[in-house]
Amino acid sequence: MHIPDGYLGPLTYLSMFAVMIPIWLYAGYRVRKDLMSRQVPYLALGAAFSFVIMMFNVPVPGGSSGHAVGSALVGIILGPWAAIVTTSVALVIQCFVFGDGGVTAIGANCFNMGVVIPVVAYVTYRLISGKSELISNRRLAAAAIAGYLSLSVAAGVAGFEMGIQPILEHDANGLPLYMPYGLNVTMPAMLGEHMLFFSFVEAIITTLGFVYIARNNPSIIFGKSGEKVKPPGVAAA
Amino acid sequence: MEKNLKMIVTAMVVLIGLVPLGLIARGTAFGEWGIDELEEKIGYVPEGLSRLSTVWQAPLPDYALLGQGDTILSQAPGYYISAIIGVAVVVAITYLITKVLIKK
Repeated sequence: MHIPDGYLGPLTYLSMFAVMIPIWLYAGYRVRKDLMSRQVPYLALGAAFSFVIMMFNVPVPGGSSGHAVGSALVGIILGPWAAIVTTSVALVIQCFVFGDGGVTAIGANCFNMGVVIPVVAYVTYRLISGKSELISNRRLAAAAIAGYLSLSVAAGVAGFEMGIQPILEHDANGLPLYMPYGLNVTMPAMLGEHMLFFSFVEAIITTLGFVYIARNNPSIIFGKSGEKVKPPGVAAA
Repeated sequence: MEKNLKMIVTAMVVLIGLVPLGLIARGTAFGEWGIDELEEKIGYVPEGLSRLSTVWQAPLPDYALLGQGDTILSQAPGYYISAIIGVAVVVAITYLITKVLIKK
């Protein structure tokens, strides 16, 4: 889902930067306010986790490929604001060091993968898990559905950003200047591939990761009602 | 290192060890086609795309090192190195940013 340079025109990519700058600032403010220094290593690992997960390309029938992002899990465990920061760092490094995702598309890619995924995942997880026990079928279902839904929605947003390019930005003859395929192609492609394949991978990763952490390390999980997480060693609420 | 942290780091090392699995998929993701590949699909290159596609030259494009072949075996070392470099840089930068942000 890393949109390269040239697929989004300036109307879109500049708008996405305009959207992201206040989000980055606010996420930084919330991370500063809500988290504690003891959690810094976990944030660093959360960013690394997303980076590595995105290296696992999954083939699909038809010859295309894609990947999960891992930021659903980070959003649930460390909270959505932390996940916005960690995923953005991973995406920016992928862009500048490895050419994965365009420089002009950083705003859009950070929004799609770094904001939509963790926010949708966190809200979905909280809504479904309610007050259930940390290790319960309901929590597992919450994590799985959060993973599945978040990547699917993100794919739809990315598909929309790409699909409106031919209408928004074309030359005098109507020839597209950037992404040449319209919504009628991008939406089914992005939603179809993700909802049939990659979103299941995100669901599995989110669930497995959640179980692993809930069993071994529950004290780092972002607390209910935004309360600050107790440091490891103190009994979880 | 604290026990909790150690477990997560171990899990990360295992994950990194498995990255060559990500090389099995050979096709390009939707919307991520290079200029040549897109031209094959639609017969031309949109003007904005050809203009913007060279705006940045990454040092390790596509997670590959120079001189890789076509087989997973020949691509794996480069993929490992990219994973290790990427993780190191991401960890360092996230650590720095969050250390500066979080004071308590």
